[in-house]
Amino acid sequence: MPQHTFILNGQQVTVDVEDDVRLLWVLRDVLGVTGPKYGCGLGVCQACTSHINGKAFNPCSVPVGDLQPTDRVTTIEGLPATVGRDLHPMQEAWLQFDVPQCGYCQPGQIMAAVAKVLQARAAGRQLGDTDYDEIRNICRCGTYYRIREAIAAAENQF
Amino acid sequence: MVTQSPQQPFRPEGEGFGRRRFLGFVLAASTLTVAAQLGEGAAAPKAAAAVPGLPEPAELYDLNDMLTDATLLTANLITITMNPDGTASFALPRAEVGQGVTTSTAMLIAEELDLPLDKVRVTLADARPELVFNQLTGGSNTTISTYTPVRVAAATAKQRLLEAAAAELGAPLSALSALQGVITAPDGRSLGYAELAVKAASLTNLRVAVTLKAASAFQVIGTPQNRIDALDAVTGRKQFAMDVKVAGAMPAMICRPPTINGTVVSVQNLAAVQAMPGITDVAVVSTGVAVRGRTFGQCIDAVRALQVTWGPGSEDHATDATVLAELRAAENPLVTPPLPLLTEAIDARFTFHFASNSPLETNCAVADVRSDSAEIWASVKAPITAQEEIAAKLGLPVTAVTVHCVQGGGSFGRKLFHDAALEAAEVSQKMGKPVRLMWHRTDDFRHGRVHPMSTSRVRATYSLGQVLTMDQRHTSVATEFGHGLGEIITSLAAKLPVGGLAFSETIFTLTQQTPYNFGVTSQLLTEVDNGFHTGSMRNIYSPNVRCAQELVVDRLAAAMGRDPYEFRREFLKDRRAVAVLDKVAQVGNWGRAMAPGTAQGIAIHPEYHGFVAVLAEIDCTAATVNRQIPDAVTGPRVTKVVCAVDVGLAVNPKGLEAQMMGGIMDGIAITLTSSLHLHNGVFQEGSWDNYFYTRQWNTPTELDIIVMPPTTGTPGGAGELAVAGAMAAVACAYGRATGTMPTTFPINHDAPLAFTPLPTVPPIPQSPTDGLSRAY
Ligand code: FES
Ligand code: FES
Repeated sequence: MPQHTFILNGQQVTVDVEDDVRLLWVLRDVLGVTGPKYGCGLGVCQACTSHINGKAFNPCSVPVGDLQPTDRVTTIEGLPATVGRDLHPMQEAWLQFDVPQCGYCQPGQIMAAVAKVLQARAAGRQLGDTDYDEIRNICRCGTYYRIREAIAAAENQF
Repeated sequence: MVTQSPQQPFRPEGEGFGRRRFLGFVLAASTLTVAAQLGEGAAAPKAAAAVPGLPEPAELYDLNDMLTDATLLTANLITITMNPDGTASFALPRAEVGQGVTTSTAMLIAEELDLPLDKVRVTLADARPELVFNQLTGGSNTTISTYTPVRVAAATAKQRLLEAAAAELGAPLSALSALQGVITAPDGRSLGYAELAVKAASLTNLRVAVTLKAASAFQVIGTPQNRIDALDAVTGRKQFAMDVKVAGAMPAMICRPPTINGTVVSVQNLAAVQAMPGITDVAVVSTGVAVRGRTFGQCIDAVRALQVTWGPGSEDHATDATVLAELRAAENPLVTPPLPLLTEAIDARFTFHFASNSPLETNCAVADVRSDSAEIWASVKAPITAQEEIAAKLGLPVTAVTVHCVQGGGSFGRKLFHDAALEAAEVSQKMGKPVRLMWHRTDDFRHGRVHPMSTSRVRATYSLGQVLTMDQRHTSVATEFGHGLGEIITSLAAKLPVGGLAFSETIFTLTQQTPYNFGVTSQLLTEVDNGFHTGSMRNIYSPNVRCAQELVVDRLAAAMGRDPYEFRREFLKDRRAVAVLDKVAQVGNWGRAMAPGTAQGIAIHPEYHGFVAVLAEIDCTAATVNRQIPDAVTGPRVTKVVCAVDVGLAVNPKGLEAQMMGGIMDGIAITLTSSLHLHNGVFQEGSWDNYFYTRQWNTPTELDIIVMPPTTGTPGGAGELAVAGAMAAVACAYGRATGTMPTTFPINHDAPLAFTPLPTVPPIPQSPTDGLSRAY
């Protein structure tokens, strides 16, 4: 069985699994990292959103064979370490506004929010309504408004 | 967004001393363990009926009273354990699916025990068959039915701790004070609960009379608190069913038929699929062909590779149009008695299309079935029924089946059923191995439960400034309720004020009401039974029934030359309804000048001893309606919502606001964008880019939720309240912005499909491979 090596939350990992298995299942079913959630497996719901080399992506839509040994994959579990803290400021804002309801979508929401802020910052601007409208993550509990409040509060905190 | 209303319009009825004395129990155990009877009369006061509209059954005795009374029947105990580390633990016999009941329950315990909230641990109890009706989560009933018993148990614990401290400190009990988990004597010496937990334990079972705190002394109840599971949720540590680690429970999925309820005739390539990478087992089960493998990705591959000959389903010729025709044919006629001269009538007919109650977490469960026992992990709201049905399916005694209740990733009606738990048990038994069974998203939309299609006819008559009659005939594809509820109705049949009605008619009559003094009113339900898998969706009938009513109220107001707000205000029966209506009109600046193509709408909704009013502003201008967002339905945008809610007593106002916010997003979705399209026995939707639940681009940019101060002093239901209010307000706003009353919901249902339907064979789509190119 092919071996795949990449960096997961700061640690190098190697897994034995077929090339075409999507990374979401490698994380959840093989490595037992369950922060990224399944909501569709179609790159639609964004519940699985994690980071690759600092950018948001859907591990449900990436065959593990596409990863390079130098690729840095960060799941919600590894997010705080990217800023050297116990909680990322985005997570703290989520707590401050008591965003989660069932919580199922929230790891993906937070990972998307962090990337969205960094994306706007790289373009030299603050987030605007258009940026929020580009966040495609489903929250079936309907926490969208508090998500906006939390992102706005955290935007300049990291 | 958060506003705590300072006004105090009513004097809370509160609980007099006599209503605060209860019996608690101290149980024999090595550390302090206390108990109370679940269902110790926590029913909220009945709403007063107004004249001249006759009181309707739902005003006198509603679904919640029925659920609460059902819990009075059993003499079983809920227990709180005081741990030697100073924490208190409680296993809640209810489901937590996002509605915040673990947090509100922890607050009740913290209040009566005088313990910091973060020292209270609330978990979910396994199925406890002896609780009979006491372990059903539904009808927004949890807080109503557990409000008193949980506090009684906590108060019993505090009393025992005080007694133990009195003995230790050699001080009279009356001189001691308890604060934040510490008991202090007048001379300043103190003991923490941690030091007292074992000393306060009892060798025998004791009955203890306790007095609950007066509402005026509340420190925790009624204060905004964050969810106790928020940290776990934002760190990814919160465990849902698919995250539970059970040895050997490998991923499993089902290859489902191309149409609803289709059956397996034969499988052509079973052995070949079993030999696919990662796959361990393939087995035919009642709902399709099950596969088990190392990863869900490999299960998806196996499901797609299966070559199955399918038998017909139960609805293969049904389309939206045929179901609608069936409903029309079944409609109960509207018969209005002869009316005086000069009486005019308004007649309207509304159609509400099929909708999906699918949460973000698809149906799923873990099952480990052995020859003589079974263990199940799932989020279920009726765990006792699940346990019984699983035992029957497996041919095991009920006592051999353990159902562990796991936190759910949303419910919206789904978790009243245990479709996946039953399926997982069958698959595990067939394969002789533990399984972690999960539905694919596409299956969840196409084969999962749906909220039924319905029509509502409303006729109102008016003359000389008065509304004389309002009649409503609701006709619906039958709603399944799940067994738990059915048994409660049967057992309480004699007590209900609606004798002789069929099951669903009983529920309809217990939940539906006309909140206005509209003279003679009637509401009837007719059901058409089909082969669809149905269920409630954050309420059963109210969003549709009340939306239809409120649209007709707007028509009446217009016909009588009245302002929609003033008109409602004058005819409302209940002053609590008037208060929430006034609140949103004032905070939302009702009547402000609006640009062409935009408008305000206002509506109220009473249910479960609570009242909600919603004011919505909508933008139906071409520029907004035609916004382009890839793979999305944009359409009219609700730009602002103001919501005022009175549930009698909000245990956790912050949680209540969250429930209102979620309900509003649901109301917006079912009014404007989200429905299922039925074509030849298959729902066309197969992903969240086909089923248009509210997304960020549909979310109002202004949202103001006002929690009214306590009115009755006892909590009412909250989880479903806002959906009907929001749906009605958004529909009314749309009607006023466009000049045309909407009659089909969602309003875009009859437009050309906004997506290309996924194939039905293979039943589920392959995952994309281009994720890296879409990283941002
Ligand atoms: S599970 Fe990856 S986008 Fe839905
Ligand atoms: S919090 Fe439940 S899906 Fe978002």
